Amino acid sequence: MSILLIAEHNNSNLKVFTLNAITAASKINKEIHILVAGNKCENVAKELSLIPLVKKVLYCDSPNYENFLAENLTPLIIKLSEPYSHIIASANTFGKNFMPRVAALLDISQISDVIKINSDEEFLRPIYAGNAFVTVKSNDKKKCITVRPTSFDPAPTTGGSASIEKIEAVNIPNISKFIKREETKSERPELGTARVVVSGGRGMQSSENFKLINSIADKLNAAVGASRAAVDAGYIGNDHQVGQTGKVVVPDLYIAVGISGAIQHLAGMKESKVIVAINKDGEAPIFSIADYGLEADLFEALPQFLEELNKLNTIQK
Amino acid sequence: MKILVAVKRVIDYNVQIRVKEDGSGVNTDNVKMSTNPPDDNAIEEAVKLKESGKAKEIIAVTIGEDKAQETVRKALAVGVDRGIHVKSDNYIEPLGVAKILKKIVEKEKPDLVFLGKQAIDDDCNQTGQMLAAILGWPQGTFASKIEHKDKVFEVTREVDEGLETVEINLPAIITCDLRLNEPRFASLPNIMKAKKKPIEQLNAKDFGIDISNRIQQIKVEEPPKRKGGVKVANVAELVSKLKNEAKVI
Repeated sequence: MSILLIAEHNNSNLKVFTLNAITAASKINKEIHILVAGNKCENVAKELSLIPLVKKVLYCDSPNYENFLAENLTPLIIKLSEPYSHIIASANTFGKNFMPRVAALLDISQISDVIKINSDEEFLRPIYAGNAFVTVKSNDKKKCITVRPTSFDPAPTTGGSASIEKIEAVNIPNISKFIKREETKSERPELGTARVVVSGGRGMQSSENFKLINSIADKLNAAVGASRAAVDAGYIGNDHQVGQTGKVVVPDLYIAVGISGAIQHLAGMKESKVIVAINKDGEAPIFSIADYGLEADLFEALPQFLEELNKLNTIQK
Repeated sequence: MKILVAVKRVIDYNVQIRVKEDGSGVNTDNVKMSTNPPDDNAIEEAVKLKESGKAKEIIAVTIGEDKAQETVRKALAVGVDRGIHVKSDNYIEPLGVAKILKKIVEKEKPDLVFLGKQAIDDDCNQTGQMLAAILGWPQGTFASKIEHKDKVFEVTREVDEGLETVEINLPAIITCDLRLNEPRFASLPNIMKAKKKPIEQLNAKDFGIDISNRIQQIKVEEPPKRKGGVKVANVAELVSKLKNEAKVI
């Protein structure tokens, strides 16, 4: 039996976290088949066929799947599921939305947010906001798994020649309708995959002050993150939130500014390679995990930081 | 409209949890417990719909040991009409929880079920979607805004790219994000009144459904500890260390 992986895309291009999920799936010693369901998404199917780890692309093109509604995707995945031992997707808002629907209808207990694959039935996952890790063994015949993308490297994208099989769309229940999507457009790298992340917390005090964070981010070619407190206060949009219920990031460099370091925030960034904390409260918990801590008023420190960066001859991109 | 809200009792979000030395789980003895945070948002949203005249009755349901009733009692103190406690002394996986909730839905026939989007203990993020699936209902997950429009709800969802709005037909499941609303606190008179509101007692074993756990917990362990590093004296030292020592900029 093989693995069925569900691709995330925007009908034109593959979303990068699919590549991380493919690497995760490759830890299980089975053929990987990948489903691309969307509207006019032939280009995505072609992209997928070039990935060496992918054996077969199942390509289902229909307006039914244009916006990836969980109610519509689920019957298609269920119909295709029979010959597969594992159904896998990314543990982001895409995979989290439909995978439990698929699992429940197959009477399978889903394993969420896997960070390590020990065997085809044993997995490691974080619980309690990453303050504990649990090794679990699934006793279900078939497994439904979501994998944390940042725990796996992206798979190589060229050199493969998977076959593309056209799949017929199935009936949809007509109980939900897509209305709109408001995406934040940004020139900066994506938060989930950026090499450097600069994040602001409640200490920023206003959305206006996030300009200070933005200018450092621009200099370092970094993504901008935020704590829940900053998002709740309306300083910045929800798509910037790092933490237990936001995004999990693992950049080479994470700079936390005016963030005290609540358990829920640490859950989203403590695996970063190098952590910098800038906070005027020397007792803030963020300092206990920071490689470099600077106890300072951020409104003085950030302009100085920019000035020091400007003095450097070269900055890694 | 009749609303069912599912709530869960978890270790309080401010508690630094401790892993048991024998790897069997997380220590819950003498640890502060409270309602799963987004479940408070679920209750608040239901109460707001009642206050606006759109909902007639709200029922809160919880599954767990006797003390789990505290979470229902707390819901009753902020405006929920009655409670259901399904007793179970063992951990039930989201799939089993969804199956029990389905039975409750079939009996109570709510138009809308609110749940928190994720429990902060097992971090599964499954129950609402699973319940929606086995009922054949639509779902509005990770909701940060909802709007009632006749026989449908418009739900604004927090997704990785930003915000997405979907329209879902009733009956429906909505799973709540922390930003959906600001949960209220119970007043003392309302806490007293809540003591008189009924909580129906049921037992998970009596439903006659398969709620057996499928996932075997092999070992719970502490994640690798991250050591704190050094404090730097000023910004210049920080930049120098990032450039020359950590080599990340």
